[in-house]
Amino acid sequence: MVVGAGMVGAACALYAARAGLDVILVDRGPLAGGTTGAGEGNLLVSDKEPGPELRLALKSATLWGELAQELGTAVEYEPKGGLVVASTPASLTALTDLAAAQRTAGVTTVRVPADQLHELEPHLADGLAGGVLYPQDAQVMPTLAAAHLVRASGARLETGRTVTRVLRDTAGAVRGVRTDRGDILAPAVVNAAGTWGAEVAALAGVRLPVLPRRGFVLVTEPLPRRVRHKVYTADYVDDVASDSAALKTSPVVEGTAAGPVLIGASRERVGFDRSFSLPVVRALAAGATRLFPFLEHVRAMRAYLGFRPCLPDRLPAVGPDPRVPGLFHACGHEGAGIGLATGTGHLIAQTLTGRDPELDLTPFRPDRFPEEAAPWIP
Amino acid sequence: MTEHRPVLAVIGAGPAGLAAAVAAAADGVRVVLIDSAAEAGGQFYRQPARGLGARRPQALHHQWRTWRRLRATLDTHLAADRVTHLSEHHVWCVERESGGFTVHALIGSEQEESVAIRAHGVLLATGGYEKVLPFPGWTLPGVVTAGGAQALLKGGLVLPGRTAVVAGTGPLLLPVATGLAAAGARVAALVESAGPRDFVRHARSWVAASAKLVEGAGYAARLTLYRVPLMSRQVVVEALGTGRLESVTVAALDSAGRPAPGTARRIACDTLAVGHGLLPHTDLAEGLGCRLDGTAVCVDDEQRTDVPGVWAAGETTGIGGSTLSLAEGHIAGRAAAARLTGAVPDPRAWAPAARARTRLRSFFTALDAAYAARPARWTEQVTDETVVCRCEEVTAGAVREAVGTLGAGDLRTVKLLTRAGMGWCQGRVCEPGVAGLAGCALAPARRLLARPVPLGVLAADPTEPVDPTAPPTPPTPPTPPNAPNAPNAPNAQ
Repeated sequence: MVVGAGMVGAACALYAARAGLDVILVDRGPLAGGTTGAGEGNLLVSDKEPGPELRLALKSATLWGELAQELGTAVEYEPKGGLVVASTPASLTALTDLAAAQRTAGVTTVRVPADQLHELEPHLADGLAGGVLYPQDAQVMPTLAAAHLVRASGARLETGRTVTRVLRDTAGAVRGVRTDRGDILAPAVVNAAGTWGAEVAALAGVRLPVLPRRGFVLVTEPLPRRVRHKVYTADYVDDVASDSAALKTSPVVEGTAAGPVLIGASRERVGFDRSFSLPVVRALAAGATRLFPFLEHVRAMRAYLGFRPCLPDRLPAVGPDPRVPGLFHACGHEGAGIGLATGTGHLIAQTLTGRDPELDLTPFRPDRFPEEAAPWIP
Repeated sequence: MTEHRPVLAVIGAGPAGLAAAVAAAADGVRVVLIDSAAEAGGQFYRQPARGLGARRPQALHHQWRTWRRLRATLDTHLAADRVTHLSEHHVWCVERESGGFTVHALIGSEQEESVAIRAHGVLLATGGYEKVLPFPGWTLPGVVTAGGAQALLKGGLVLPGRTAVVAGTGPLLLPVATGLAAAGARVAALVESAGPRDFVRHARSWVAASAKLVEGAGYAARLTLYRVPLMSRQVVVEALGTGRLESVTVAALDSAGRPAPGTARRIACDTLAVGHGLLPHTDLAEGLGCRLDGTAVCVDDEQRTDVPGVWAAGETTGIGGSTLSLAEGHIAGRAAAARLTGAVPDPRAWAPAARARTRLRSFFTALDAAYAARPARWTEQVTDETVVCRCEEVTAGAVREAVGTLGAGDLRTVKLLTRAGMGWCQGRVCEPGVAGLAGCALAPARRLLARPVPLGVLAADPTEPVDPTAPPTPPTPPTPPNAPNAPNAPNAQ
């Protein structure tokens, strides 16, 4: 029983079904209606520092490659590579140091001197200090990917059905869920509710402090391919890793198979505030036109916003919850949920079927956050 | 002492915006009337380009006297500097700020420059746009929207074709058919999918709006005069032609709303003007965070939205025609002027307009129900190969697959899975069709940018806001009447 029909829920459904389990996927909204439908579909290793998240990203990248073979063009998988550029010598030093550490962790990195940047990206601005190419970075169309993974899993999909309670037996173990349209009994419940992961955890009586982190994306008119890679500045890695609630914007620019150029990325913790913010969109446009001056005359067709599910240490919660037998978590992937979905689904399927997970799940333990001190205790 | 007057930005210079502008200007606020067209009037009072020297533009217009009176009052306010008319300003965003609003608009023929206009209050009179449902052949050149045909007639006085069929449903078809005929086209048929019985069901509401009945009777008389055959409870099931439109197939609807077997017949024509009613333009309201009810902006008795300082009037609050727009605009203008000058609005000041508003809203609710009754089964006529989203070339088959195979249950998911509605028009043309085919509700799309904006404009530091009390910008020369960007005309190339 998987709660949440976004990318992560779809991947959990697929790998659990392939491990021989019967899977029901329930979502109170539509398929891919949350973060998945608002994202760009990044499958990135480049923006991760060496550590558990990078290990999960590398495993996920391999699995995405396998799925791409199987699903063909249906999910618009594009192994286009990422190009991270630095505008100053100081930031280039930081970038190459990071790349060296990533290389040790198994990431393929290629240093690109300033005079060779235009061979990779002919329309890039002049005067950049240099960059690093990450050939393993790729992209999928996230909604298509979620839909096709659900379809390939053969799982029963129930959209528009809200989970109102997690049912537990006298020993405290999960025995299913109550929904607004009747109970669904299952010995295991996977919380893949993304930004609403905290609410689903609370239905089972446990705390998982997932908070929404808002981001805007600008979409341009369709263009012939002029941006070949995913291109972003070295500052982006710092912004992703930052735990500040304040607005952070660093330009992330990429062309898509369908033609439009996508421009991100902003991060701010403002709750679920869905109102438009012109200053944020202006900052995104300014960053993008600095990287690619030709974009000045290209029109933004639309802007949209979404919320990334963010845990305090920016690592997801993946695996069984020791506090509630039968409850599993697969949420809190911040802006990396599409990329990390396959590895997450794979690990969840392994733990669901009692096997040893391929990666150490300790850093992703859902109970790693200390209980909040009761506010009435001084 | 105009400098000390609070500023109200009225967006849209159609009937609602004009009525609002003159009412507010008379009540002590400074009005900046912002509109994308070269001349005030909107779609309803669309004016022929001045260079054409049309001698009798009123032949194509209804309510000509009301228009002349409005226009004269506006001129008085313009001359007294109580109203500034910013024509050819394409608003792309209204920003809420402390103490007021900034309206951002693109200007110039290339729309590569943006200006910012500061205001204390905003009145949205952004009107409506045409709803067209797809059918096989609807993308052929020669097929235009009903409103597009009317816009060409009113604005450019060009005849779109020699033999026309007007088809679809809704009150707009009558003036389009008579207008085409008056301009010299042979109108081979007016094909209306609603039938007399649909109207009888709502008879009580008709009595309340007798002027509307007289208006309807006038059109009926003119249809007879021009010998336009009215074919009610019939639909165009297909448009045919090699390279461009040559004929349409028309069939009668049975009691279930399906084309009855054996009733199909071919009508030769080179123009098909098709429309299925109007939808409110709500992009700016949505960007401001105004609450919508279905597809229309919610307003209270003072025409206030739920966002403080933002009023809305006319078709953006629900489709109801020009007279209702005038009433709502008048009320909104007076109420906004009172609030902005620190007074408590007195509804007695606009009691006659409020009575007209009540009467006409109930009339249009009933009219809407009557027209909406047919064609209930239109989706069955749309073949899998029919392109429903022209911008992204998405077929009906792809939409059906997204629902049937991939599990989409709402309009947004269908769009994400198929790219329908993601192209240039951002779903304004195809959304009702896609929603109908997918079997889901037509939900507002939340277009945060009301129109495409160059990234360079977005990236630039916001320019110093325009001082609306400064002399108006010199008028730019009118665009040629045959410009290919005639609104609402998908095939007006």
